Amino acid sequence: MTDDEAGGTQNDGQRFDRLPTTAAERTVEGRASRREVLEYFGDRFGISPETFDDYTFWEKGAGKIWIYAGEASSPVEIEAIGMTCLRTRQEHWKPTTDFVQRFGRHASECVIELEPEAARRFVAGEDQELEWDGDWGYLVVAHELAGDLEPIGVGLYVHGELRSMVPKGRQRVL
Amino acid sequence: MEPLERYRPIVDEFESFLAACERPLGNAVRVNTIKASVERATAALEDEGVEFERASWNPRVLRLETDSPGSTWSSVHGFTHGQEEVSAVPPIVLDPQPGERVWDCCGAPGGKATQIAALMDDRGTVVANDNNLGRISALRFNAERLGATSLAVTNADARNYSLKPFPFDAFDRTLVDAPCSCEGTIRKNPDALDDWSEGHLHSVAGIQKGILRRAIQTTREGGTVVYSTCTFAPEENEAVVQHAIENEPCRVVDFDLDLEYAPGLREWNGETFDPTLERAARIYPHHNDTGGFFVAKLEVTAE
Repeated sequence: MTDDEAGGTQNDGQRFDRLPTTAAERTVEGRASRREVLEYFGDRFGISPETFDDYTFWEKGAGKIWIYAGEASSPVEIEAIGMTCLRTRQEHWKPTTDFVQRFGRHASECVIELEPEAARRFVAGEDQELEWDGDWGYLVVAHELAGDLEPIGVGLYVHGELRSMVPKGRQRVL
Repeated sequence: MEPLERYRPIVDEFESFLAACERPLGNAVRVNTIKASVERATAALEDEGVEFERASWNPRVLRLETDSPGSTWSSVHGFTHGQEEVSAVPPIVLDPQPGERVWDCCGAPGGKATQIAALMDDRGTVVANDNNLGRISALRFNAERLGATSLAVTNADARNYSLKPFPFDAFDRTLVDAPCSCEGTIRKNPDALDDWSEGHLHSVAGIQKGILRRAIQTTREGGTVVYSTCTFAPEENEAVVQHAIENEPCRVVDFDLDLEYAPGLREWNGETFDPTLERAARIYPHHNDTGGFFVAKLEVTAE
């Protein structure tokens, strides 16, 4: 179903609309397209677009993007559809903690690995001074757990500081 | 404990049953295989020095030796989810398959709905519904924490549920984990019996019948409906299933479950039930050192 059939050219915060495939098919102003979402995950984090072949992307609320593996009609007025994955409609798009935990293992770029003590501070919600040679902005923050790298959440790296973006409800003192 | 006296005639080793009901429950978690294999989750727990014991009947259920199961890396990563051992039973009896359409009609706070998604390798459609908006926020939080991308959440009364949001007109399987008098949770909630009354059992049974009826109506012919409660009262268990088989096209079927349990009842307080109700399972706290549970598996038949 296209956005035309969904009716209207404004984003409706009460319902989920499936993202248009490309910008050319966009009818709702400011809405990201599926292609732009895949390009963002690919360009920023090196996650290959095929990772998302079996998923659809939806917008509810201005700029909040959801990723879903199931079936649903578009538009649809329900409480939730899969999980929130990305915040668009702002200069720097921002992935969610839950998305990074679920799909961050596919990332090859902008992944910062923390030592155990730094990982504990990060998950407790603390900001910390850290060395990082890569791009500034939103990073996948990971640590080694039982012999494998495991993504914890999203950090914002600016001016030599890693800011924890772990939401209050997911923060833990370990 | 006094309300439980009414079950003396139907529970074997009644004194052990009462004694078990007085003991607090340990901390059980379910391994969330959407995010980690059992091997990886247990390696993470070992890495952190959290001791655990595996449930003999299911490799994905662990009993943790800690007072704060939420304060572990395993929990932060959503490798494990705190869930009472016996509450992992209904999804296993439901046996959902990858790619199917499944309805969890009383789905909050989401332990069973996310377990269903995990059993389906997070492929297909799991519709988790609840009529209580407050509980839905817990359901959403758990679904996202556990990474369930196949799960959609709706807020409606299951008794007159509409499939309109979805491009299909029937589910393959439905779980009715019904709101109930919760007698079987006494080990977790010592005040579970404080407001107990026989009148309450009968009023909640009316709701249960309405939900189970709608569940059968929305499930395709040949599909599966599992009915479960965390209570002992036959009014809310066998009598509800009996009502369903008398009024809707369905039959009670057998299932395998590697736990100790008693069969469903044939009669209670002068009311008799269909012999197939013996295929249901009554799990008592002294059987496996868990909470109490009732579960029945139904197959939807032709009209």
